[in-house]
Amino acid sequence: MTIKLMQGNEAIAQGAIAAGCRFYAGYPITPSTEVAEVMSRELPKVGGKFIQMEDEIASMAAIIGGRVGGLKSMTATSGPGFSLMQENLGYAAMAEIPCVIVNVQRLGPSTGQPTAASQGDVMQARWGTHGDHPIIALSPISVAQSFDLTVKAFNLSEKYRTPVILLTDEIIGHMREPIELPDFNSVEKFEQVVTESPETYKPYSNNGDVPPMAAFGRGYRYHITGLFHDEVGFPTQRLDEVEPWLERVNGKFERNADDILLYETDYQPGARTAVLSYGASARTARHAVKQMRARGEKVNLFTALTIWPFPETAVEALADSVERIIVPEMNLGQLALEVERMAGRRKVVRVNRANGEMVTPDMIIAAAEA
Amino acid sequence: MDKRIEVRLAGEGGQGMILAGIILAEAAAIYDGKQATQTQSYGPEARGGASRSEVVISDGEIDHPEVLAPDVVVALSQEAYKKFARTVKPGGLLIVDDERVEVAPDVAAVRVPVVRLSRETTGRAITANTIALGILVGLTGMVSRQAIEKAVAARAPKGTEEMNRKALEAGFAAAEQVKSAVT
Repeated sequence: MTIKLMQGNEAIAQGAIAAGCRFYAGYPITPSTEVAEVMSRELPKVGGKFIQMEDEIASMAAIIGGRVGGLKSMTATSGPGFSLMQENLGYAAMAEIPCVIVNVQRLGPSTGQPTAASQGDVMQARWGTHGDHPIIALSPISVAQSFDLTVKAFNLSEKYRTPVILLTDEIIGHMREPIELPDFNSVEKFEQVVTESPETYKPYSNNGDVPPMAAFGRGYRYHITGLFHDEVGFPTQRLDEVEPWLERVNGKFERNADDILLYETDYQPGARTAVLSYGASARTARHAVKQMRARGEKVNLFTALTIWPFPETAVEALADSVERIIVPEMNLGQLALEVERMAGRRKVVRVNRANGEMVTPDMIIAAAEA
Repeated sequence: MDKRIEVRLAGEGGQGMILAGIILAEAAAIYDGKQATQTQSYGPEARGGASRSEVVISDGEIDHPEVLAPDVVVALSQEAYKKFARTVKPGGLLIVDDERVEVAPDVAAVRVPVVRLSRETTGRAITANTIALGILVGLTGMVSRQAIEKAVAARAPKGTEEMNRKALEAGFAAAEQVKSAVT
C-alpha cells in the first residue's frame, strides 16, 4: 500500500469501484465532476459501464435500471441536480432498489454558487422526495473517510435494499489529503443472495426486514412499480397488504439501528458543553474543541457520520450529559433542528455560516464563551 | 497541540501556483510522512486573476483543513500581493516577485525576481512555480529538501525532469542568498 494525495471526490470514485460498483450514470456538475471523471476513466478497466446522461432525472432513472439489471450503481451530483433526482429517488425507495447517490453540496438555493461550500441539503436529503420513506445519508469528514463511507453506502444499500445518499460537501470533495488505498479485493462487500426458486420468489415478501432482490434477466419474473404493491410487486390498495409493507419498510432501519447509525464520540468527564457536527464543519469543530481543551476547558465532541436516520438515542444521551450543545454547520440551521428535538430542556446553540465559506474555529469558541 | 504550518501560494492563473501547492503537500505527506491538506480557490478569480492554493502541514492530525492565518504567503503577481500580502500572520514570511510586485513601504517582504530567475535558469517562465518552491522550502525548511526534490520529480511532465530539477536548485540557491544577506 502506498500513500497518495487525493481529492475527496476521487476517493469516492475509488471507494465505489472497491465496493463493486459497475454502473455509473450521471450528468457532470460542479463541485462533483471529479467523481464522474474518475469513474469514466476507471470503470471500463474493471468491466464496468459509464454513461453520461442527458440530465439528472435520467441519471437517477438509469442507475435504478442498472441495479435492477444486476449491477451495483451510483450517480453523483450537486444541489440543482439533486433536486431533479428527487422524483426517481422516491421510486427507488418505494421499489426498494439499492443505489448510491453522491451529493457534493454547494451553495444554494437554485444554481447558487457552483464552487462555494454548503451543508444546505441536509433536510432535502431526508424529505426531498414526497411521502414517508426510509432513507440513509452518510457524511464523510475527510478524504480517507470519503472512501470508507462510500464502501459503507454500497453495503448498506444492498443489505437494506434502499437508496443511500453520500452527503458530502465542496470542502471535503475538493480538498486533497493523504490516503492509503487498501487492496480492493480485501474490501468487505455485501452481496444479496436469492435462495428462492423463480416459482416461489416474492420480491417484496413481508416475512423479515429485507427480501433479497433478484436481478432481471436471470429467470426471475416480477413486477416493479412506484405504486403501493403486494408481495409479488403488483399494485394494491388492500390495507392488509399496504400496512405490512409500511411497517416493514419504514421500520427496518430502527430494528437495525446499531448497524446503520455511525458516529464518533470523544467525551470528557465533567464537561458541561458539547460540540456536535458533521461533514467539513466537524473538522472545524475538532479544531475548536482541541483549542478549548488546551485552555483547560472540558468539552464533549460528537461527530455524526450517519445523518439520516438521525442517531436519536446517542444524541439524547449526549444531551443528558451536558448543559448545552453547540451545532456548527454551513447552513442556516438544519441538523440543529434534529438536535433540538432530542435535547429536551438543554440549550442548543446554533453556529451558522451560509455564504459559501467554512465555519471558523473562532466562531465556535465565541459561541462557547457567550 | 501539534505544530501547524499554513502556506498560501498566489499568482496569476497559469503560473502554476495550484500545482505548486499540490507538490508541497505531496512532499510533506508522501515523502516526509507528515499530515497535509491542500485546498484551492475556484471560480472566476481562478482564471487569469489571482489564483490561490493553500497548504496546511502538521506532524499531527489536521483538523480545520483551510488556512486560518498563513505563516507564509508567496505572491507572484501584483493582484495576488494586493489580495493576500496582509493576510500573513505577524512574524510570518512574505515572499514576492520583486519585478512584478510593488511592495508597500510598511510591508516586510523577501524579494526575489522569481520569473526572471526562471527564464535565466531554464529559458522558460513556466518553471517559476518550481523556483518559488525552492525559495519557500530553502527559507523555511517546512519539508525536507529530499522530499521536495522527489515531489517535484514525480510531478514533472516527461522530458522536463531536468529542467524542473535545475529550477528547484536555483530556488534553493536564491534562498541561501537571501539568508546570507540578512545575516
